[in-house]
Order: sequence, then structure tokens, then C-alpha cells
Amino acid sequence: MPETLVFYVLSGLAILASALVIGQRNPMYSVMLLIASFGALAGLYIQLDAPFVAVAQIIIYAGAIMVLFLFVVMLLNAPQEDAADWDRTHPLRQPGIARFGALLGLLLVVQLGWALMRASELDVPVAGRVDAETIGSVRQVGRVLFTDYMFAFEATSILILVAMVGAVVLARRETDQ
Amino acid sequence: MFNSSFDAVVPMLCVVLAALASMGAEAFRAKDEEMPIGGLGIVGLAGAGISSGLLWNRNAASFGVLVADNFALFVTLTLVIVGILTIMFSSQVLRRDQLPKGEYYALLLFSLVGMIMMAMANDLLIVFIALETLSLSVYVLTGIRRDDPKATEAAFKYFLLGAFSSAFFLYGIAFTYGLTGTTRLDQVGAYLAAQSMSDNPLILVALGLLLVGFAFKISAVPFHMWTPDAYEGAPAIVSGFMSTGVKAAAFAAFARVFLSSFEPFSADWAPIVWILAALTMILGTVVGVAQSNLKRMLAYSSIAHGGYLLVGLVAANQVGKAAILFYLLAYAVTNLAAFGVIALLSSREKETDELRDFAGLWHTHPALAALMTVCLLSLGGLPPTVGFIGKWYIFSAAVSAGYYGLAVIGVLTSVISVFFYLRVVVMMYMADRDASAPVPSQVTGLGMVALAASIVAIIYLGILPTPVLDLAAESIATIF
Amino acid sequence: MDGWPGVVIMIALGVGFAAVMIGLSVLLGPKNPTPEKLAPYECGMPAVGDARERHSVKFYLVAMIFLLFDIEIAFLYPWAVALRDLGWPGFVQVVTFFLILAVGYVYVWRKGVLDWGPVARATRAAARREAA
Repeated sequence: MPETLVFYVLSGLAILASALVIGQRNPMYSVMLLIASFGALAGLYIQLDAPFVAVAQIIIYAGAIMVLFLFVVMLLNAPQEDAADWDRTHPLRQPGIARFGALLGLLLVVQLGWALMRASELDVPVAGRVDAETIGSVRQVGRVLFTDYMFAFEATSILILVAMVGAVVLARRETDQ
Repeated sequence: MFNSSFDAVVPMLCVVLAALASMGAEAFRAKDEEMPIGGLGIVGLAGAGISSGLLWNRNAASFGVLVADNFALFVTLTLVIVGILTIMFSSQVLRRDQLPKGEYYALLLFSLVGMIMMAMANDLLIVFIALETLSLSVYVLTGIRRDDPKATEAAFKYFLLGAFSSAFFLYGIAFTYGLTGTTRLDQVGAYLAAQSMSDNPLILVALGLLLVGFAFKISAVPFHMWTPDAYEGAPAIVSGFMSTGVKAAAFAAFARVFLSSFEPFSADWAPIVWILAALTMILGTVVGVAQSNLKRMLAYSSIAHGGYLLVGLVAANQVGKAAILFYLLAYAVTNLAAFGVIALLSSREKETDELRDFAGLWHTHPALAALMTVCLLSLGGLPPTVGFIGKWYIFSAAVSAGYYGLAVIGVLTSVISVFFYLRVVVMMYMADRDASAPVPSQVTGLGMVALAASIVAIIYLGILPTPVLDLAAESIATIF
Repeated sequence: MDGWPGVVIMIALGVGFAAVMIGLSVLLGPKNPTPEKLAPYECGMPAVGDARERHSVKFYLVAMIFLLFDIEIAFLYPWAVALRDLGWPGFVQVVTFFLILAVGYVYVWRKGVLDWGPVARATRAAARREAA
């Protein structure tokens, strides 16, 4: 019972924070609320017995990616959006597009509802399903990552290196060269 | 844990070391010091080429996720040739355009690492990491001329659409894993062979998503939107590298995934690829006719050539599979040389890429005009060039597999495409120079050597293709 | 779900301590506002202009590089937890991973991305000129 309660509190937090993210006129608040939403999601991952995903969520998403977001917001120096101006000129506020978006949203809700209703009767054969107890534990992740996926792990270092060189090439100022 | 063999990693490792060395050289280079960084790259690539040669026929496998079978090695050798030619063309371009040399070569070599990894990958996860490594490098190379708004726009478009298609691909991998419980291509194949579509419609979802990811990378219609803009905005030599290297690597992985793992479902995907191939050939050719910018025209031509390669994939018989490999090599050499001519003729201020820039080229640069003519004839598929042999094998594969429709479309579009290739040739020889136009740069040194080598290869393989064709046939014999 | 109550208690203690401290200071502290006290603090000077200055692209570059090294750290975590299972082979893998990324670190350092302000760069360039 307390677990159900925690689930509802966390999901409520996540949904509320996400809704507020798109409702803000100040991009800085949006970024902060997104961190709250990610934090709540991390809690949900823990409830799903996936502590590694939860920690990665906090370290990478709520930490590094949000720092990047903040710097981009500061780089663009996006001002607080002027309400009246926003309503008039924003492309997403044009009636045609807004209606199309609403239709898509409705479609998603119907689709999700349909999928949830059928979830119990669906029995997809899944080969090699791992024991649920061990799948998410950090230790198990470590063991699999450094044995089965060791080449993928090393290859990732090349990928990170490419991103580093790319960022320096594209963002460095002329005078530094 | 370390009992598996390292052999298959060696070609890749040579290129990785060269790339790391060029980064180090760039880091410790004094401000105006000249360093032979391109030479480092050539040494690394030569190492990759030699080690691939030594691995031939040995079917080495490393860590269970990399296989250096002859198919992968043939593609690796093609990529090594692409890489060496690109570096030779680049040396003059980099000095002229004052591009950051160390970073340029490092990114070029890293993208080659990704391409080789993609050709050797025996695991969908490795295919994805390789795809991202090569894509990220190429996105940055596209926009490496930062003062050029067109290049920046091209890089941005390419990046956005590329990231989107990567998501599709990753989603496809997730579905495949969910269905089969593995990402290893051989195990996926074994699992799927025991299944039928009626058991599980989700296989079709996985198949479709993977197809979208690959179709984007080989710029098959209707996933080709980024190609003309990216090729036009990128420096000419980078466009040449993209159109040959990325295409070769993507096709290698495409063929491996669809012709081995998803082979049991070929009845389901072959009709889709049939349509893609037909659309790609038709649109690439028809829209190509209307272009007045040579880089854009070559972009559409490269789309059309992707279509011919897809024909080989649909045919999926022994001739077709060998033809794909031969065609990849033929197309790589030819197209790289064509883009190389544009790159070498350009100046820092302006790329010589409009059709009218080539008017009367015969009078100012007779040798280059002659070389360009050979490239264009080969792209059009006229004998006695390698382009003719490549197309001939692709179409005969389609006919022997019973795909007469595709063969007819292929021949017709080839005939139409000859029109726009010959238009450039006519411009070069018949038209008078626009007196006000600046005279294109003179070409010297390594670039000229690379061009000459490509032309010799185009004509030699056009007349005596048998040894390489046999090699290609031998390569596919080991896996499919 | 073993061990998580400890984490929850830890978070609750952290949040609770901060809340109590701020609450107490609001409740007990003397309040005597003046316009100067309410103004944003900027080195003791009267504030000039908006805080929303446009930031240099350099900050973005630093954030980008932080992100990349953060991803690297995320890989260390499962390795640290499974350290004893993995033994030396795991250690070799992590060292390889780090050596490859160390090249990137040296590159970024030497390129002056981590230098803060024009002074450091100028002195370094001068030193290099002398050496040459």
C-alpha cells in the first residue's frame, strides 16, 4: 500500500511538473521544472527496480543535459515571452495548427487507452527473458556491460571523442585559432 | 573474457590510432607549424588495408560482435581507398580554405572508423554505435566552413533529419530485441528463421523501422530530402566523401541485416524495397535533369545510384550480391573523383559548382576537362568505364531473379541520366568561356595524383573487371 | 526495494534540515527592510542593467564538455559496483576507455577551451613564441 501511494505521488509530481514546463513564459522556470519532472521519473524508475536507470537519469539528464539547456537558454538570451505577442504570432497558436495538435493529442490518448485495455490479453513471446530480479541491479548491469558489451563500451569512447572534437570545431571562436 | 581473438579489430585499430595521433598532433602543434597530419591518416589507412588483406579468407571474429569475413573486408578495402583518395584531395583544399587541419583529418578518420565498424558489425547495437560515430563526424565535416551560412544550414538540416532517422533505427533495434531477446545478428536470424509472420506482426514493425533508418542513410526516396542540401552546402570534397563512404558503409550493414538476419522474411520486405528502388531511380534521375548546380546534380545522381544498388539488394541472388560490392567500389572511385575535380577547381571565395563555371573548361584546363569527362561517362554507365560494368551486372542480376520491371526502369533512367552527364561534357568542350568569370584555380600535387589514379582505375576496371568481380563473388560466398 | 528506506530518510533529513533552518530564520529573525537591503546584491555596488546578459558561446562549450565527461562517469558507476566480479579484465577495459578519452582531454586543454579569460591565453601564446 505505501508503494502504491509513493507511485501516485511521484507520477502526480512528474505530470504536474511536465505540464508546468510547457505553461511557463520564462524559459528559465521551464528548465527548473523539467529537473523536477526528471527527479520524479527517477523515483518511478527506482520503484520499477531499475536503480541504474534512475541514477543515470539523475546524473545525465537532471545534471548534465539540464546544465546544457541552461547555457543554451542563456546563450540565446531568450527573454520572457510577452503574453499578448506570443498569442498573436506564435505558430503553434494559429487555429489550424492548434486543432491539428489537439487531434493528434486525442489520438494518442485513445491509442494509449486501447493499448492499456488490451495489455492483459496480449502475450508476446519473448525469447531469453531475463529474471526480473537481476535485470536492473547495478551490479548486473556492470557485469553484462563489461563482458557481453565490452566492445560496445569501448566504441562508445570513440563516439564521445567525436562529439568532443565536433563541439570544439563548431563552437570555438575565431580568435582562439 | 579475453580469450576471444582481437584479429578483427586490427584494421579499425590502425585507423583509430591514426585519428588519435592527428588529434595529439593538432593539440601540440605550435601556431603556424605545418604538420604532415594527412600523412598520418594515409599511414593508418594503409595499415587498415594491409591488415584487411592479411585477414582475407580467415573469417576472424572478435568479441562475438565483430566479424571480419570477406564481405566486410571487401567493404573495408573500398573504404580505405575512399579514405586515402579523400585525404589526397583534401591537402590542397585545406590549405586553400584555411580549414582546421588536425580536426578535419581526425573527424575524417573517426568517421572511417565508424564505417569500417559498420561493415564488420554482427550486432545491431554495434551497427548503431558505428552509425552514430560516422554520422556525427560527417555532420561536423559538413559544417566545417563555419563562415559560410550555406554550409551551416546544410549541417543543421543534415543533423536534425539524421538524428530523427537514428531514433527510428534505434526503435527498430528495440523491437527486434523485444521479440528475439538478442541483438546479435546471427542469433536474430536463427530466431526469425523459426518464426512466421502470422506468429507475430511485431516483426514487421521492427523490420519497417530498421528499413527507415537505413533508407535515410543511403538517401533512398522518400527519405532523400536532406541529400541535395547537404551535398550542396558541404565543401565539395566532403560531399564526395559522404556520397561514397557513408553509402558504402550503410549498404554493407543494410545488406548484412536484411540479407542474412531478416532473410526469412524477404517475401515481406522485398516488395517494399522494390518500390523504394524504383522511386529512388526515377526521382533521382528526373529531378537531376533540372539542376543547374553541379553539386546538386551529383547529389541527385548519387540518389539514383542508391536506387541501382537497391535493385541488387532486391534481386538478392549471387550475381546481385556480388554486383552490390562491385558497384560500391566502382561508384566510390568515380564519384569521389568527380567531386574531387570540383573541389580542386574551387577557390576560397567560391566553389566552382555551377554548371556555367564549367563552360569552356577545355580551354583553360584541358587535362581536368578530360578527367571529368571520364568520370561523368562512368557515372552515366557508358563503356568502356567501370560504371558500365557495374550497371550491367546489377541489371543482369535483376533479370535473372525475374525482376524485369526493375531492370527496365533501371535501363531507362540510366539513358535519361546520360543526358545530364553529357550536358556537362558539352559545356566543357563546346561552350565559350564567360570572359568575366574568374579562372578556376590550377591543380597541382597530390590532388592531381589522386585524380589520375582514379581515372586509371575507372578505365582499367572498365576493360578488365574480372579479377575484382571474382573477388566480390568470393566475398559474398562466405556469408550469405 | 532493499536499502531504499535509507535513501528516503537521507533525502527527508536533507530537505527537512534546510526547511527548518530557513523557517526558523524567517520566524525568529528581526525584520527591518530598507530599499538597499531589498536590492539584488552585486558586489556592494548599485545594480547596473539586467542580469540577463548574453553569455559567450564559451560557456556552452564548457557545458558540452561537462556533459561528455559526465556520461563517462555514468559508465564508471556500474563498473565500481561490479568491481570484484570483473577483476583485472574489467580494470583493463576501463583504463582503455579512459586513455582514449584522455586524448580528448589533452586536446581540449591544449586548444585552450578550459582557459578562462584572455589573460591565460595570451601568456601561453607568448610563452610558446619564446620557445619557438
